[in-house]
Amino acid sequence: MTPLEIIELLKKHDADSVVVAVADGPYPHVVITAEKLVKVADFLKTEPRLRFDLLRCISAVDWPAKNSIELAYDLISTSLGHAFAFKVLLDRADPQVESVGGVWPAAQWHEREAFDLMGVTFLHHPDLRRILMPEDWPGHPLRKDYQDVAEYRGLKFKP
Amino acid sequence: MKEIELHSQPDLLHDGEVPSDIRTEEIMLNMGPQHPSTHGVLRVVLQTDGELVLKATPYIGYLHRCAEKIAEKVTYRQFTPYTDRLDYLSAMNNNLGYALAVEKLGGIEVPPRADYLRVIFAELNRIASHLVAIGSYGLDMGAYTPLVYSFREREWIMDLFEAACGARLTCSYITIGGIREDVPEGWVQQCREFLDYFESKIADYNNLLSYNHIFVNRTANVGICPADLAVAYGLTGPCLRGSGVAWDLRKATPYCRYNEFDFDIPVGQGANGTLGDCWDRYFVRVLEMVQSVRIIRQALDKLTEGPVQTKVPRIMKLPAGVVYYEVENPRGQLGFHLVSDGGTSPYRLKIRGPSFCNLSVLPVLAPNCLLADIAALIGSIDVVMGEVDR
Repeated sequence: MTPLEIIELLKKHDADSVVVAVADGPYPHVVITAEKLVKVADFLKTEPRLRFDLLRCISAVDWPAKNSIELAYDLISTSLGHAFAFKVLLDRADPQVESVGGVWPAAQWHEREAFDLMGVTFLHHPDLRRILMPEDWPGHPLRKDYQDVAEYRGLKFKP
Repeated sequence: MKEIELHSQPDLLHDGEVPSDIRTEEIMLNMGPQHPSTHGVLRVVLQTDGELVLKATPYIGYLHRCAEKIAEKVTYRQFTPYTDRLDYLSAMNNNLGYALAVEKLGGIEVPPRADYLRVIFAELNRIASHLVAIGSYGLDMGAYTPLVYSFREREWIMDLFEAACGARLTCSYITIGGIREDVPEGWVQQCREFLDYFESKIADYNNLLSYNHIFVNRTANVGICPADLAVAYGLTGPCLRGSGVAWDLRKATPYCRYNEFDFDIPVGQGANGTLGDCWDRYFVRVLEMVQSVRIIRQALDKLTEGPVQTKVPRIMKLPAGVVYYEVENPRGQLGFHLVSDGGTSPYRLKIRGPSFCNLSVLPVLAPNCLLADIAALIGSIDVVMGEVDR
């Protein structure tokens, strides 16, 4: 299916969940409301005309100017061959969203990475721990306003 | 008492000789980060009951070099050398994925000769990478000889790389807009000689390793990953195809004129045991090398004269926007989520390393394996920690 058809199908299913829809350009996607995330994810995976069974990536992007953290979910269907993406926008001060690990188990490690490096909390995640940084590392390094750590466990870093 | 399931070696428990309800004290066993069969700095904490693994928890991050943070500080062209160091066994494929992502966002066209040369180098690197995977997997299983053979062939590919770009591993040869410079005179002939030589050697690997009785016993019916589990955990590359799913981005969403070439997607058949076991994942790599040779031959035939580089400014600016681009790497789909705000460096670059996703299935496959089978399992997933940790 083309991105336009996918967007129409999504809007027909639940018009309230779609905030913004971009059908053309290099990155066709929809922005959905964070409350409906799991429902939309489940629809994208189980609907027979869509069948997005492979979650490729979850990318977190920090936008201090818009005061939001954006999560982009990139999908592809191994049976139908089409690709699509959706985004959710979270409050930068307290980014919280439901985990989609129940829909795509592949999400678990991507969500741990977003938690580790961007500080997004995923509700109902079975094992939300830091994944790349040490457990006691201060802050979330991929935030745009992250300050380099001067000292960690007796190690001093030059600025 | 809990019935112990030993799907990896069903006839280990003989009726009457060893009671099946015997329990020993559970111990925690730390494997890695420095361990010969974890292929780098992977640490796995195993909970074991005797020889049986009950739970495996991978700990990663020992090779975290902040590649994504660095990308926000350097220009687009300066980031190419960092992509070499993601999956350091397939630098050409990483360069290609990054270049294609930037080119898609910037709307940059590449001359045809560069496209064919990109395919040739990407497939040569796929062979080199699979040779390391196969050789070191034999080493994990106690067979030293195949490693020496596979490194002998790989050395020739490294020589071809060195002749073209001066580097063996950190190539940075495929750059934004094409490739860095044309191949030297006589290179195409050398490449053809290598293909003729290499094709005759594949039978050696099969005789030495693939059909070796001990090797088959160690890998068949071990770490079985069904197709639906593989897709659910985002496995790609030989790990997914080993489970019988014929999914390859070179066919599904062709890039770099891959649609012009005639090749097959090898999938696991369960020939020596169950579909999706370690042997299937291993053997898909052997079959893929044969297909890579086919692709390179066709690309060499199509190679036309012409420029190899589109003119791209040294400090380039991309229009504000987002792109997600994936290529089929030797280990699976390497993805770049590139966000530009119109400046001279990426606003955000998220890298999806195929090994990162492939490794996430380890805690699911490891329970009920024997301790010695963990090496077989990790080796068959074929992780490179450089792109797991980035």
